[in-house]
Amino acid sequence: MDLDSLTIDSARTAVAERKTTATALAEAFYDKIQKDDPQIGAYLILSKNRAMETAGRIDRLVAQGADLPPLGGVPVGIKDVMVTRGVRSTAGSKILGNYIPPYDCTAVARMEAAGAIVLGKLNCDEFAMGSSNENSAFHPVRNPRDTSRVPGGSSGGSAAAVAAGMAVVALGSDTGGSIRQPASFCGVVGLMPTYGRVSRYGLIAFASSLDHIGPLARTVKDAAIVLRTIAGRDPMDSTSADVPVPDYVAELEKPIRGLKIGVAKEYFGEGLDSEVRNAVETAIEKLRSLGCEIVPVSLLHTEYAIPTYYIVATAEASSNLARFDGVRYGYRARNARALSDMYRRSRDEGFGAEVKRRIMLGTYALSAGYYDAYYLKAQKVRTLLTRDFDEAFKKVDAIVTPTSPTAAFKLGEKVNDPLAMYLADIYTVTADLAGIPGISIPCGETHEKLPIGLQILGRHFDEATILRVAHAYEQATAS
Amino acid sequence: MKVTEQSVVYVADLANLELTDEERGRMVRDLNSILDYIDRLNQLDTSNVAPLAQTLDRYGVDESKQGTARFAYASRDDIREGLRKSLPHEEALANAPESDGTFFKVPKVIER
Repeated sequence: MDLDSLTIDSARTAVAERKTTATALAEAFYDKIQKDDPQIGAYLILSKNRAMETAGRIDRLVAQGADLPPLGGVPVGIKDVMVTRGVRSTAGSKILGNYIPPYDCTAVARMEAAGAIVLGKLNCDEFAMGSSNENSAFHPVRNPRDTSRVPGGSSGGSAAAVAAGMAVVALGSDTGGSIRQPASFCGVVGLMPTYGRVSRYGLIAFASSLDHIGPLARTVKDAAIVLRTIAGRDPMDSTSADVPVPDYVAELEKPIRGLKIGVAKEYFGEGLDSEVRNAVETAIEKLRSLGCEIVPVSLLHTEYAIPTYYIVATAEASSNLARFDGVRYGYRARNARALSDMYRRSRDEGFGAEVKRRIMLGTYALSAGYYDAYYLKAQKVRTLLTRDFDEAFKKVDAIVTPTSPTAAFKLGEKVNDPLAMYLADIYTVTADLAGIPGISIPCGETHEKLPIGLQILGRHFDEATILRVAHAYEQATAS
Repeated sequence: MKVTEQSVVYVADLANLELTDEERGRMVRDLNSILDYIDRLNQLDTSNVAPLAQTLDRYGVDESKQGTARFAYASRDDIREGLRKSLPHEEALANAPESDGTFFKVPKVIER
């Protein structure tokens, strides 16, 4: 069986029709991970016992002749910012290096309840803070398309595992672009749902008003299946929305002819690589040829998105990460003289450089005398950015942009320049700030054969439309 | 330069970090570079703009009500229906760096 080209349906069907068993399929994936992952570094932790237990349950269902659930027997990977009961969950950080959670993240539990086989936990930037996966406390991830390059971040392990055939689909998280940008760099599909569409219960918090869980997949349809599985109200997350979950898969086949697609010049300015620009413009022409109407829209405040994001996200992070104090769980420094000394040294030794930088920036922005100038100011600009989208979505059904201004960059290229690294998210942070959904799909390659991503943004809770546009584009360009 | 070494020490203290001398120097440099970039927010007049803390408030907030009743949509079922069962003691302590089986243990709180 060719593991690289399996989809949810083909994997599930193979198990259901007894061409393989869930157990054998999981074993095949573990063999592949053992063989290929040393070159990539996508996985941090393998959860073989748990995977084999679920696989056994699926195989018994098949033996009984029962219907398989929608993800029955499908091997998946989980970004290691989602907690898994009994399976070490680190957030890519030394401070949680030995943490074994007593509960499951809702999204993971829903995947497993739908029959998915959780192979293991995927590498990421520490606490999902980064755009290259080089901030993992354990090891970087390499891009399967060119191992001298980064896979993007922070869900770099998720994107790389899916691209390299080491998982059929994966869950990632997106706070400023962390699903879409790595999807773009690795040539896979990455969907960030609307804020509140998917429960954040059990997602190790980075910035609570911006954090989203979503799928990385090889096809748009697989992303739709995963979203259908994990979406919906969860009593354990008061910010999960009580909004009905449509059948995203059935909606895929609706025609896109007549849809109005917005294009904003603010996403095609300085800093956009010419090959990326050409690929995205070609994709826009393709959508036009499929019957969409291309409409210019204006998203005037786009250039303020990165500075807004780096205040809001770091302020929330500084508060969220205050819980890591070496008392109830996590790393504790040895031989501390007193409690305050223990707090400081545990945090100093447990957190990496980028996490400390963001805690410092966030604490500074919230500190007396700076709160109004930075945090409140950023919240107000967040209103302006959100209004831009409100206005645009009065005229159009979706907006297309490049996902990232460049294709994957080299390992080490930006590690010493935090600002340059932050600018890799320039086209993705806007959707996180506005709470709207966005998807990145492959739209060609550079002359160096590096994947380019097309981003499609939609209205709040209208994932169905962006999935439909993405699916139509994917089908029309399939080779 | 907005951020001096002195303010880095102060903010690190607030954040319960200590930072080595080398980290402090680098933090001064990095924070200034990032904050310089962030300063472009001041190009915008936001005197009549309301702050946005959370986008989901646009879905479900009952503007006709006052106070917390406006946010009734966010009430957790487990709170409405009574408290959920807590973690068993043993499990809650399982990840503690140090415990005596009943409590989390920490170094002494008061220095003499």
